[in-house]
Amino acid sequence: MKAMTGTRGLVLNEPFLWEQGARGRTCFSMPRRDVDPCPLKDELVGQGPDFPDLSEVDLVRHYTRLSTWNFGVDTGMYPLGSCTMKYNPKINEKMASLPGFAGAHPLLPAELCQGVLKLMYDLEKYLAEITGLPAVTLQPAAGAHGELTGMLIFHAFFKARNQQRSKILIPDTAHGTNPASAALCGFKSIPVASNDQGVLAPEEVAELMDEETAGIMITNPNTLGLFEDNIKKIAGIVHAKGGLVYADGANMNAIMGIVDMSKSGVDILHLNLHKTFATPHGGGGPGSGPVCVTKNLEKFLPVPRVIHQNGDYTLTYDCPESIGKLHAFYGNFGVQIKAYSYILSMGAELKKASQLAVLNANYIKEELKSVFHLPYDRACMHECVFTDKFQKPYKVTTLDIAKRLMDYGFHPPTIYFPLVVHGALMIEPTETESKTSIDLFIAALKAIAKEARESPELLHEAPRNPKMRRLDETIAARKPCLAG
Amino acid sequence: MRYLPHTDEEIAAMLQKAGAMDLDDLFSGIPEDCRRGRDLDLPEPFTEWELNQHMAVLSGKMAVSPEYKIFLGAGSYEHYIPEVIKQLLARSEFYTAYTPYQPEISQGTLQAIYEYQTLTTRLLGLDVANASLYDGASGLAEALLMAIRITGRKKVAVAGSIHPFYRKVVQTYLAPTGCEIVEIPYLANGKTDLTRLPDLADLAGIAVQSPNFFGCIEDLDLIGREIHSDPKTLFVVTFTEPLAYGILKNPGSLGADIACGEGQSFGIPQSFGGPGLGMFAAKKRFMRNMPGRLVGKTKDENGNRGFVLTLATREQHIRREKATSNICSNQGLCATAAAMYMAALGRTGLRELARLNHDKAEYLKNQLQQAGFTIPFDTPTFNEFVVKFPAGFETTHKKLLAKKIVAGLDLSLYYPELIDHYLLSVTETSSKEDMDALIKEIQA
Ligand SMILES: Cc1ncc(COP(=O)(O)O)c(C=O)c1O
Repeated sequence: MKAMTGTRGLVLNEPFLWEQGARGRTCFSMPRRDVDPCPLKDELVGQGPDFPDLSEVDLVRHYTRLSTWNFGVDTGMYPLGSCTMKYNPKINEKMASLPGFAGAHPLLPAELCQGVLKLMYDLEKYLAEITGLPAVTLQPAAGAHGELTGMLIFHAFFKARNQQRSKILIPDTAHGTNPASAALCGFKSIPVASNDQGVLAPEEVAELMDEETAGIMITNPNTLGLFEDNIKKIAGIVHAKGGLVYADGANMNAIMGIVDMSKSGVDILHLNLHKTFATPHGGGGPGSGPVCVTKNLEKFLPVPRVIHQNGDYTLTYDCPESIGKLHAFYGNFGVQIKAYSYILSMGAELKKASQLAVLNANYIKEELKSVFHLPYDRACMHECVFTDKFQKPYKVTTLDIAKRLMDYGFHPPTIYFPLVVHGALMIEPTETESKTSIDLFIAALKAIAKEARESPELLHEAPRNPKMRRLDETIAARKPCLAG
Repeated sequence: MRYLPHTDEEIAAMLQKAGAMDLDDLFSGIPEDCRRGRDLDLPEPFTEWELNQHMAVLSGKMAVSPEYKIFLGAGSYEHYIPEVIKQLLARSEFYTAYTPYQPEISQGTLQAIYEYQTLTTRLLGLDVANASLYDGASGLAEALLMAIRITGRKKVAVAGSIHPFYRKVVQTYLAPTGCEIVEIPYLANGKTDLTRLPDLADLAGIAVQSPNFFGCIEDLDLIGREIHSDPKTLFVVTFTEPLAYGILKNPGSLGADIACGEGQSFGIPQSFGGPGLGMFAAKKRFMRNMPGRLVGKTKDENGNRGFVLTLATREQHIRREKATSNICSNQGLCATAAAMYMAALGRTGLRELARLNHDKAEYLKNQLQQAGFTIPFDTPTFNEFVVKFPAGFETTHKKLLAKKIVAGLDLSLYYPELIDHYLLSVTETSSKEDMDALIKEIQA
């Protein structure tokens, strides 16, 4: 076996910002004062916030040290299921920071911002091509924001028909944002159980779908990493009752160039540019969650829309049936630039990316299914879901396995999700991991499975290599301390 | 393709293990009627060199500073971003990490966000701040939804002097809830007066922006006291320019229950309006009703100080349809940038920079007044203000564009009654020379 990457190194401690510095230090090159002081009225003036004064070196050391306590995709394999932690190309970072983009004011007259409008227009076009759904808005700032946009469109669609529908079908494998987004629009979630194959059965949907139900929110491929192969039939059932089909496209990385969402019967779909389209996740965001819809639903998309007329690009607010606006301006444009650069760099090879993502996941599934319990033993898409059932006899849990992976130098998979699988370990390698790194990951998990049998305390005590040992989440929640 | 590491031999070996004949075979379970009829019709893959060329052309078609002198604010401000912030944010341990679900190997992100939360509470004068929301506008909508949740009431009021796009976002978020939104008209001095609100009763929350969309500093103290004549009603203060609180009294000290707004001014490029930063803070008693992620302090098994995401039972992944919000990914890296910016300036620097912004804006305001233009709202402002130009200023505005000057924002687009009124913004990046040139060109 090749040497594992996980090891210990010199890690430096670092106090809080406000435990450092000295009044009068500065890290800011103050612009020249070329006008006279003009004091504000005393009654308006406050104390000013109690911030520390730091030097430039103080600040640089602080954040450099903090950064070394983190694990990113650039550090190593990050097989966090449902999150598509693929490599984030460096060139895209440069593109987003070009002065013409980074310095652009959002309210510039159209004639002064043709560059960004063309970029947005073309990105919409590319996303339409990739999904098969012809009309696109880039405004949602993340996946859940896209879901909200979709649910607002559901609401507007029924309102326009003078119908109030109160329910929505949501599979039990769905991400928590799905029911939460539906609830914001007043829809009560009706859970739909997946069948013993891990997918939705049309009969189950037919049973629940009625004219009080606005439609269905379905993740495809679903969070078990399986393609919902009855999608077309299910869409037929939902449409027959006047409902709409929303697809959570967080897992689009499995099917680019292969599936046509429109042909599958989907009316509305959101994408996560910070997953499928290689934009970095930033330790929590910013993301971008464009929404793609059928021609019929285009009129409901948020304003403004980018239009192209006589060679000029403009933003139009003249959309009387639009649901309105979800963001002050046009969403996370800086993220859109990175996704656009990625699409231009990949072209039709996006299909190859999906194929290799699926290949990597199936390879891992086959290699590991003898040591970890695989609840749905069938071909998977871009991710595979195991459980801790085989490790139970040794009192080893999914959490222990995840923590032990850190010692070996890997980011753990997503754990305890989807909820329908007890003790889930959801592994999404993505296409940018080579066979070499995947083989090492497999070797690490096999070694961990062996440890679970032979010396489970190694797992219970994990992790040992990172800066911190396991953290007490109960105390954090019981006695919240959210600011220093 | 440089992002796809697989060799043909590796693919063959892996296919064999996976039990598939070829790559297409991996997808044999996908029914025919869901498949694309044709290959992706996208441009030929660009080389890195071609991409550079292509993007240089697009970004070259943009009017940006310093070539253009842009006196636009209205929710997006040109501030100087220290190089250290750009360099530190480019540490890929920060930007290529996911949300810190595994705290042992995410302490960098977690401490950075904990520090952001702390500096935000200090800036806004409130007890708890979350790890960020999408932007100022959606933050305001979330604040009002929170007020509705807390009070159980179904009506909110928003000042008409709040950014028109923010009000539009509030309308959009609230549309399916059936809640009523009352708009409070602004006065002749550009400020909000609650006495103009016909009925203060039964409101879940009242939202006011300060400095408001016209740049005017609202009498938050007075407004807050009136709002709290009904102790249940929540006072929500929103903002588009957090730099103002480097010098102005903060919302918390003036009675705000929730303060939320846009943090783009703090070290985040304007980037055509996003990504920005939804800053959000509240009084401690509302903590469990807050939307968004929260980082909390704790200890590890060895008793060492560390941080985790906490109070997750408010959130969608635990609470699902009963969550306080649907938000999952937020604007984490932008929050980190803002923390770096607040720390880079420090209390001393923030105050000095805020003063400079104010004084420069006052200079331009005075010069315009001396040149005979009207300042319609007789209220103190920070780094933005309204000017009334003579009828037909539209043509001058257009002419100035050709001279690479953007002389503010035409307010009649958003307030039909404010014909010939323009909103001008001045920050530390506008020099006296630029302002003098603007005056000269306007008069020419
Ligand atoms: C299946 C699924 N849906 C929705 C989301 C929400 O996306 P975001 O975090 O961008 O809001 C996620 C992300 O975790 C997801 O995995």
